[in-house]
This record gives sequence, C-alpha cells and structure tokens, in this order.
Amino acid sequence: MLSLTTNSELKNALLEAKTIAVVGVSNNPVRASYFVVRYLHYRGYKVIPVNPAYAGQKLFGATVLASLSDIPRETKVDIVDIFRRADFVPDIVDEAIEHLLPGLKTIWMQFGIWHEEAAAKARSHGIQTVENRCPKIEYQRLFGELRKAGINTGIVSSKLPEWN
Amino acid sequence: MAETRKHGFESLQIHGGALPDSATGARQTPIYQSTGFVFKDVEHAAALFDLKEVGYIYSRLTNPTVSALQERIATLEDGIGAVCCSSGHAAQIMALFPLMQVGNNVVVSSRLYGGTVTQFSHTIKRFGWEARFVDFDDVDAIAAAVDEDTRAIFCESIANPAGHLTDIPSVAKVANQVGLPLIVDNTTATPYLCNPIEMGATLVVHSTTKYLTGNGTVTGGCVVDSGKFDWSATKKFPSLSEPEDAYHGLKFHETFGQFAFTLHGIAVGLRDLGMTMNPQAAHYTMLGIETLSLRMQRHVENAQAVAEWLQEHLAVENVSYSGLQSSSQYALQQKLYPKGAGALFSFSMKDGYDTCVRLVENLELVSHVANLGDAKTLIIHSASTTHRQLTEDQQSAAGAGPNVLRISVGIETVEDIIADLEQAIEKALM
Repeated sequence: MLSLTTNSELKNALLEAKTIAVVGVSNNPVRASYFVVRYLHYRGYKVIPVNPAYAGQKLFGATVLASLSDIPRETKVDIVDIFRRADFVPDIVDEAIEHLLPGLKTIWMQFGIWHEEAAAKARSHGIQTVENRCPKIEYQRLFGELRKAGINTGIVSSKLPEWN
Repeated sequence: MAETRKHGFESLQIHGGALPDSATGARQTPIYQSTGFVFKDVEHAAALFDLKEVGYIYSRLTNPTVSALQERIATLEDGIGAVCCSSGHAAQIMALFPLMQVGNNVVVSSRLYGGTVTQFSHTIKRFGWEARFVDFDDVDAIAAAVDEDTRAIFCESIANPAGHLTDIPSVAKVANQVGLPLIVDNTTATPYLCNPIEMGATLVVHSTTKYLTGNGTVTGGCVVDSGKFDWSATKKFPSLSEPEDAYHGLKFHETFGQFAFTLHGIAVGLRDLGMTMNPQAAHYTMLGIETLSLRMQRHVENAQAVAEWLQEHLAVENVSYSGLQSSSQYALQQKLYPKGAGALFSFSMKDGYDTCVRLVENLELVSHVANLGDAKTLIIHSASTTHRQLTEDQQSAAGAGPNVLRISVGIETVEDIIADLEQAIEKALM
C-alpha cells in the first residue's frame, strides 16, 4: 500500500471516502481539531468524533466516542484522521488495525504529525497513509476552493475541472 | 506521472492559476466582469461571510479572473498565496497594513523608487507609521535601525532608478536575526530574474504594471506571501495573531495557519481599504505574464548592449549597471541574479541638468515616460520628474542626481535603440 503524496492519490482518497473518524477532536471552535471536523461534516462526510475527554457529548449531530474501538463493527470507516502528538500515533494505528479492518483505507496524520514506523505498519496491513497534511486544506486545494483566494494550489492541468 | 514533475518557469507562467474554466470550458481565463456572485443558499452565504468557506462574494474582495492571476504570481514567486490590488503603491500599503499599528516603524532601503520614498517619508506618517531610511549595503546599519517598534524591513531587489542590486540573502539574515518579516519589491527583477522568497524574503510586492503586464496597458499591484513567517511567535502582529472583532473574534493565524496573511489581505485589507484590482486589468496582466521569460531575456540582452555602448561614450560620465564587468556589483550580479541584471538602470552625463533635458527632448524612438518595464524603451530624467519631490540628498541617495538619466530598455531592435541615443546625445551636446 501507498504513502499518498501526489494530487491524484490524495484526490482519490478523499473522493472514495464517506466516513472519517477524527481522533483528538476538540469542542473549541477556534481549534483546528474543531473546525476541520466542522468543514468535513459540511462537505457531506459522515464524521465520527473521537476524544475520551468529550465522550458522550454531541458534535455536529454525532456522539463523541472515547476511542476507535468504540466504533461499532458494522460501521465502515474509510479514513482515520489523527490530531494527536506523534508519540500517540503507534497506539492509534494498532487500534485502527485491530478494530477497523477490513474496510479502513487511509490513516491520515495532521499538520506537524508523522511517524514513519507506525505508517509503515499501517501500510503492511493494506492501509494507505498520509502524513503532515490536513484533509480540509487538501480538499480545499484539490477541489478548487483555495484557488478562489489566490492560494498557490500547485495544480497545473489542461482538463476541465470537476468542480464548479 | 506528469504531476510529480516540478514544472519549469516557462510552463508555469502560462498554466499557473489558469485551469480550463469550470463553468464553460473556456481555455483562456475569462474576464469575469461581475461585481456580485450568487450564493447557493443562506447557509453557504453565512459560511462565506464567516470565512468558514472560501468563495466569491463581491469583486472588491475576490473575483475569478483576479484570483487566477493571484495564483499565477504566487506560483512564479514560490509563494503560498497572493493578493492583487490596484497598483504597486497599493501593494506596499497592503503589505504593511497587517503588520503595522500606530507608533510602529519599518526599516527601508534608501535606494527606492522616488514615489515610494515619498509614500514612506510623508504619507504613511498620517497612519502613525514611520519609515527609517538606511543604506542596505551596510547590513549592520539595518540591524542598528531596528528597535522594539519595528515591524518590517523593506527593500527593492533591483532598485529603481539606478539598478542597484540588493544582497537579499544578507538582508534576510538580519531580518531573521531580529525576528522581523522582510518585504522585497521584486518589480524590476520579476520572478524570472530573482526569487526573493528562495533568498529568505517573507513577502514580495509587485507593481504588476511593469514587466509582468509588459506593455504599459494597465496598473496593478500584488503582495505574495511565503507562508513561512510565524505571526504568533511574538505579540508584535496583533492583526494576524489576536482576535479580529469584525469576524467574531477569529484569529487569522491560528485559524488559517500559513494562509493567514493572504486571507487577511482579502478579508480585511481589500474589504476595508478597497484598493481592488479590476478583472480587465487582471486579464491583461495574465496575457503579459504568458511571455514574461521571453521578454525578460530580450530586455536583459538589450540592456546589456545599451549599457556597454553608453559606457564607451565620451559624453557619458558613468553607467550604473551591475551587468557591466566594471561595476562594483558585478560579482553579486553573477552570484544572485545569474539570468541578468535587469533592464532598468541609470547613467550620468559629464554635463549636467540641461544636457540631460535636451537629450530627452531629442529622442525619436525612445519615449520620455514615467513608467518602466514596457516593451518600448523609456527614458526619464528623474531629478526633474519622478524624484523631483525629494531633497537633493534624497535624490543622490536614491541615485537620481541632476545629471542622471534613468532608462528602461525595451525589446526593440537593439541597434535602433543605440542609434536613437547616439543622435540625441549628439544634439544635446551641440
């Protein structure tokens, strides 16, 4: 399995996904771990918020769970997005491998987070990995939104864009 | 896979920001001549107004044609984003506005375009800002001029009018040591000849009126952000690091991270200062940039030939062009500006003010114009025009003394440019 880096790999991962579990979610509106979740929800993803500190509370209509292992077996999670420090990543990856396979396609580590061993372990179990990127910013970059603000999206293409 | 390649400058000057139009498939970026844009629904409108989603609301803030140009310039400058505005002068205010509060100062090079000297030494005082002019060849003097109220360091890459090169990496090192953003005006070098961000600049400003548009049709400006400065590391930049009352206490840097400066430029700068670029100007500028590398190659070639010819002329006292081997800046030019020393420089005549005025009046191909970066060769006697509001000391510091002429060498047949200068000098000396 792949470490996703190219535009088309990242785009496919975001397009294929329907459900995203966000580990380390916050209920503070000015934190990225809040407004990224809000944005993904707004974009139509089913978001499963995870944080033991807020377990049982509601966030964007979903109940906050204490851990990935609390996600019901029948729920198919496509992406796990990690908002925790790198030293927590191996345990989260182990939990995802244990509880979310088969079904889990991508483990995504946020800005400033990467853990090469844990990522390699995930890939050896058939899970794609993304490190040090934000799915909200990648979505905005790849699907035309950031272009509207003059952001350098790095996208060069002669094809008709699929967004409007 | 094609997308993993890093495209070359020549590809990016054509394709950067310019995907086929998503609404129509138009291959050239259309001119979106519309002030307002319809919302999908009320929630969409609310999300846009709250900056929770990025989109088009009103052309004072964002416009699809202008956005495409912004992305193109950001791409060529290796920036993270860019905001276009109505002129180069507007770009300077747009660059300083998020950084400065009343009582703050900016340390600036004494070698700047005369209009900028006036803007910085007079007009910005009315905002409660101060500019401190320093010789940027002396990096210790830059550091010495910085105090606790300094918020930025500002210079031009190739300074107007004398074509003096700034040693950007050395200046950036000082800026880094004192923890301040370095703003570089890259108008005269263009991203083809110089990449200030790669050399350590935080922000790059442009008068897009000049080489980017390339034929003297429209005025415009641009501020490019490198995305590399930590606005929250100190309390010095509250506009970016502290809650913004007009957006329900949103903190730009915390919320938008590396995009903070660019989004602030749109959501506060353009919204409230209103120095917006219009879509027609953006269109002309996009067309210009498509040929930037080709034009700059010819500009530089012609400038080199004209400078060499002038240097040999008996009536000429001195040619201030760093591409000449005799220049004290030749080594710096070879190192930092290897594609060329630009096409804007000054030369001084052995005779003074009156000879310069007669020379200008006798030209037949070269135009007497207060612009630069046109396809046409332009000349101006700075002391009697662009720099006339300056004191004599300021004129000399800026390289615009009474016997000095500034030339912006165009892309005509170089023998014709030289022949015109030759006959005009002859008549001026009669």
